[in-house]
Amino acid sequence: MTLTDERRLTQLQWLESEAIHIIREVAAEFERPVLLFSGGKDSVVMLHLATKAFWPAPVPFPVMHVDTGHNFPEVLAFRDATVERLGLRLEVASVQDYIDDGRLRERSDGTRNQLQTQPLLDGITSNKFDAVFGGGRRDEEKARAKERVFSLRDEFGQWDPRNQRPELWNLYNGRHRPGEHVRVFPLSNWTELDVWQYIGAEDIALPELYYAHQREVFERDGMLISVSDVSQPREGETVEKRQVRYRTVGDASCTGAVESDATTVEAVIAEVAGTRLTERGATRADDRASEAAMEDRKKEGYF
Amino acid sequence: MRTLLRLATAGSVDDGKSTLVGRLLYDSKSVLADQFDAVERVSRDRGLASADLALLTDGLRSEREQGITIDVAYRYFATAERSFILADCPGHVQYTRNTVTGASTADVVVLLVDVRHGIQEQTRRHLAVASLLRVPHVVVVVNKIDLVDFDEATYTRVSDEVLASARSLGLYDVATIPVSALAGDNVVERSDRTPWYEGPSLLTFLEQLSPVGSPHSEPLRFPVQLVIRPQQAAGDEFRDYRGYAGQITSGLVRVGDAVTVQPSGRSSTVTGIDFAGTALDEAFAPQSVVLRLADDIDISRGDLIVTSRSVPAVTQDIDGTVAWLADHRLVPGTKVLLKHGTKTVQAMVKAIGGKLDLEDARLLPADSLGLNDIGHVTLRLASPIPAEEYLHSRDTGAFLLIDAQDGGTLAAGMVGDALLDTVAEVGAAATPA
Ligand SMILES: Nc1nc2c(ncn2[C@@H]2O[C@H](COP(=O)(O)OP(=O)(O)O)[C@@H](O)[C@H]2O)c(=O)[nH]1
Repeated sequence: MTLTDERRLTQLQWLESEAIHIIREVAAEFERPVLLFSGGKDSVVMLHLATKAFWPAPVPFPVMHVDTGHNFPEVLAFRDATVERLGLRLEVASVQDYIDDGRLRERSDGTRNQLQTQPLLDGITSNKFDAVFGGGRRDEEKARAKERVFSLRDEFGQWDPRNQRPELWNLYNGRHRPGEHVRVFPLSNWTELDVWQYIGAEDIALPELYYAHQREVFERDGMLISVSDVSQPREGETVEKRQVRYRTVGDASCTGAVESDATTVEAVIAEVAGTRLTERGATRADDRASEAAMEDRKKEGYF
Repeated sequence: MRTLLRLATAGSVDDGKSTLVGRLLYDSKSVLADQFDAVERVSRDRGLASADLALLTDGLRSEREQGITIDVAYRYFATAERSFILADCPGHVQYTRNTVTGASTADVVVLLVDVRHGIQEQTRRHLAVASLLRVPHVVVVVNKIDLVDFDEATYTRVSDEVLASARSLGLYDVATIPVSALAGDNVVERSDRTPWYEGPSLLTFLEQLSPVGSPHSEPLRFPVQLVIRPQQAAGDEFRDYRGYAGQITSGLVRVGDAVTVQPSGRSSTVTGIDFAGTALDEAFAPQSVVLRLADDIDISRGDLIVTSRSVPAVTQDIDGTVAWLADHRLVPGTKVLLKHGTKTVQAMVKAIGGKLDLEDARLLPADSLGLNDIGHVTLRLASPIPAEEYLHSRDTGAFLLIDAQDGGTLAAGMVGDALLDTVAEVGAAATPA
């Protein structure tokens, strides 16, 4: 670096520095933080930032996975290997357990993203977590566009969009009453492209299904769904082998793959830069259901 | 190398803010096909001939139901040169809360004026907030230029009016641009319907805006977030490691620099700057790093590490300007928490020195402050902090007031008489010697 006045951070360095500041604020001001970790790319990036924030000390909080039971096996394996490598404690809140003992009922369409809210909230309450890191980004969706970095939840886990605390300068206010908790979004200001460029710049490992591979899929509601235990083709849906990759990983029964030749991170960056569909619009059946789908779920306590 | 710029938009209702933001997003190709399809669908349902770009920034259902926007929304767009974070601040309800929030982190305020109406009460208030919050740049979009047939004289009259008003509030670095947000003139491309206008389009202006402040010219300020002391947890190599984690808010630090820790006043030398396993020779704002010091002095969260060449004084008495954001009124005698940097202390409101009349930048007598009022307060703190005038530092001059019971954010605070000082300077400069 030269000794001129050209000391400027690139946008990725700026975003990284902001996220690290946020993560450290939480570690310093809360008793029991937890980081939501699914093995999906946003949570992987968030955990990577946490390891940088506290170096050389280990990450000072556990991680939690809200497990729909509808998993991609390679993502679960990746989750476990990561937790092991970093020596973290993993809490699992299992939707399957709730269905097995009758606390939740399977939905008629069989998808489970929406069923995550209760296990998530119970996991927060029973562990007395007071700060919960989520990988949500404001560019994802219009309800998220109004989300704070520190977002207060009442004792029922609810988000009240009309009554949010103003967030000024970089002075985050994490005060809350007993029973309330704060959702914290260190990636608020990142876009999908920023996340991918950062993954490339930092050489961050991801589950393989984020890169193009051959997979048995069938088409449903205009999306490519993978053939698995939890997603079998119905009548009239034909199974084909296609070259695909995933842009998000969620409930395997309703998360769509996109056709892609991007087998490397550089190719994915190029693809994302030129893409014409939002991440959620392309791959999440549940978000397409209604204009306010995310707003409603967030109010109830969803991620 | 792509850099980042933060904007906040402001304007009165119907000046065309949603249309402008929608156009910036659309024309910079930040709108994806499914979002645009949704906008086209809704536009058709409403009987419009073409897609209404203002719908791209449509908010929550709870807002649509009431036909108002209640909160700041953040939007993202990028060009080859820059990434932009745009805080879209609704102008009507709670305008102080929203514009103060947006302006607090903005590098530039984009203020809309309807060319047919010229300067409005809201315009002056928004300019005053930009001045008060010391936003480095202001650009005024003189919108709906198509409705006055792209007339130069009309534009010049409005532009002159805006610039004069801005100057009276201490804002000198203000640009104005004739725009039709609806038709796209001078938004992304320069329009050939305004041949008399020689400046850049709005987007080009934003791309070329030089970021303000240089790490060189400002003194080091480093609020300590936490102490990193792995002890046994990171292996033998780091058994005795002790570092101070934080984000540099201003200036530059090099290994070997003499530093002072406030409020204790103790001094030491920087022996190392670490970032996730990399040892750096220097770091600058706004990098997040870990500093190691030569001496084992007592440092904890809430302390401020500064260059020994410029050490801010510590004080328990603060005169400040606050934007009051709570429903109940602020009265003298109230006890609150004050958050400054990484430190939170108890504070008592000793006196209220008046309420700011934003249009005229004068202080009106007041013995309490209500929602959205901006006023002067005198605070007594339970322990000293290294507060600096907001006029000189947007970081170490800013604070929050927090409700000690429910934890709510009550006020945005700035040390000193920010706006009045500026206006007084303007007045003094204008008076011939
Ligand atoms: N003719 C013309 N109309 C405009 C222009 N910009 C906005 N409008 C119209 O002004 C009205 C208010 O615009 P909108 O963007 O909703 O304003 P907001 O309340 O500031 O967000 C709408 O009917 C727009 O179509 C412009 O540049 N020219």
